[in-house]
Amino acid sequence: MNQPMLEDSPYLPKWAEITRIEQLTESEKLFEMRLANGEPLGHSPGQFVELSVMGIGEAPISVSSAPTENDVFELAIRRIGNLTTAIHGSVTGDRVGIRGPFGTPFPVEEARGKDLLFVAGGIGLIPLRSFIRFVLDHRDEYGEVTVLFGARNPSERIFLDELEQWEERDDIIYLESVDKSGPGWKGNVGVITTLFSQIHVDPSRTYCIVVGPPVMYRFVILEAKARGIPDRQIFLSLERKMKCGIGKCGHCQINHLYVCQDGPVFRYTDIFDLEEAL
Amino acid sequence: MELQLIEKSDHDQFVQNLISNYQVEGVKRKDGSFLYGSIKAPEELCLDFDCTAIPPRKYFLPPKETLLQFALTPDLEATPVIENDPFILFGVHPYDIKAINQMDRVFARGVPDPHYLKRREAALIIGVDPATVAPRSFWADMGASTVSEGFDLMLTDVGEDFIVEIGTNKGRTLLEEYAKTRPATRDDARERVKIRSRISHICKKRGFAFPKREIPKLLEHSWKEPLWEERAGKCLSCGTCNLVCPTCYCFDVQDDMDLDLAHGERTRRWDGCLLHDFATVATGENFRETRASRYRHRFYRKGLYLFKILDDMACVGCGRCASGCLPDIADPVNLFNKLREEEK
Repeated sequence: MNQPMLEDSPYLPKWAEITRIEQLTESEKLFEMRLANGEPLGHSPGQFVELSVMGIGEAPISVSSAPTENDVFELAIRRIGNLTTAIHGSVTGDRVGIRGPFGTPFPVEEARGKDLLFVAGGIGLIPLRSFIRFVLDHRDEYGEVTVLFGARNPSERIFLDELEQWEERDDIIYLESVDKSGPGWKGNVGVITTLFSQIHVDPSRTYCIVVGPPVMYRFVILEAKARGIPDRQIFLSLERKMKCGIGKCGHCQINHLYVCQDGPVFRYTDIFDLEEAL
Repeated sequence: MELQLIEKSDHDQFVQNLISNYQVEGVKRKDGSFLYGSIKAPEELCLDFDCTAIPPRKYFLPPKETLLQFALTPDLEATPVIENDPFILFGVHPYDIKAINQMDRVFARGVPDPHYLKRREAALIIGVDPATVAPRSFWADMGASTVSEGFDLMLTDVGEDFIVEIGTNKGRTLLEEYAKTRPATRDDARERVKIRSRISHICKKRGFAFPKREIPKLLEHSWKEPLWEERAGKCLSCGTCNLVCPTCYCFDVQDDMDLDLAHGERTRRWDGCLLHDFATVATGENFRETRASRYRHRFYRKGLYLFKILDDMACVGCGRCASGCLPDIADPVNLFNKLREEEK
């Protein structure tokens, strides 16, 4: 990446136009966007952007689409704070600001030719979807692919059409569970770790990629380790307050690491002994 | 090293010349404390202060600054605001210069931050050696009695005169144009060494009971010490320690709209890791919920985390946190000495 000129502010966003909006659940929407200058976003799966609604502010948002999807990109956003409430009020054609992409990607290259075990908890599926879609677009370059998805209840499941496609494909294994059942739910009930008993992995060649709420990591890592997956083949994406995206503002600091620059994707062996990380 | 000498009787004229040609910011006496502010007349400038209440970082990282100005037109418009008005910062102690040097590295490393760097470039820094030591200072123990860079000129009060060390060409020009000087003799240079060592010696009365280079190692295994909890029990989460610290630079960014609701500014302002919501994300999850975790974080950041990144501790020993903390739990000397004791 070129160093910016000292006259260029790293805080100046590029403009992007919202080209499509899809309601995913009651509180999540998918926004398809295109940068106004016509450039592709240029992200790798696992990276995030700082999304601006001018006049409201900025927030870190994972990119949910794969880089293979040329000139548009997708952000799936839960309405939870000021910025996300504002973006939920926007319509197609509105402009927003984008800085980034920032941060470390999932091990897209390192895991090539290897088996992949994706473990997504709730909206952890949003960043993970970028990698999953990338793998599905390059299916023959990866080995066995397993996706485990857990949601709190059936109404919080997102990307329903895709989940259905994944279930139907015979070149990947897709399993899901909900913590609490709901009307019409016929699938698995139980926390995400209960799905591990239904899968077979070849631990030495499996990369386990985990994204979910902070509380989920400890338990999923235990399962992965119990399956014999080596620590250095476990990757996770951490959530923190990432205000500036360039390792300055101090909010996302864990030990000597800045999640916005050194993460959000970390190799388990790089953080397992860091206080406050997990 | 090039040393010149300004007679004290000529010093006011030097300051007056600077005032006539530059925006001059310096230390002023106010209600028994020392504060940086605009100097409009030589007699306002105080050079025998012990320690200012607030460090000079506000000149490079202001409490609130505009990063962008924007207009909510259909296409959206935004322009960065990068200030680079030249000014002279007159009267900075070596420990504060050490802190500025460190902050220069922070804002230049990785993605450079022009909002800070341009303001820094535009500044001329005239340092001054401390003539007295603040009660809670321990800069001598932090290796901050003198600095070899980060100043354009450095003054030492040697009685009848000021000895001036020239740090940069800009500083030399300033001296040539605006001051009546003569070269310092070897005796003058010796006198400066003596005075510096005397004041440093006074400052050394406060310090660590063990070599300070062992602090990072001490922290490596002090995470679970009950001391954090004990001390933090008194913490008011007020963030004063962050506010007065010359090496604290954490900031928050937010948008401020004009009353016309068509224009606005993206601003950044100081933030502090001791404040309750510093690590809180939109879901409400606070990654440092307890006072003890925030209190501990600050010491770890100063003594270990930034040390790992910069190979230098982010504490220069000014002691402002110690004197500013109402329950008096922020003093690094006291804290690290106690941790070391507990370790044994």
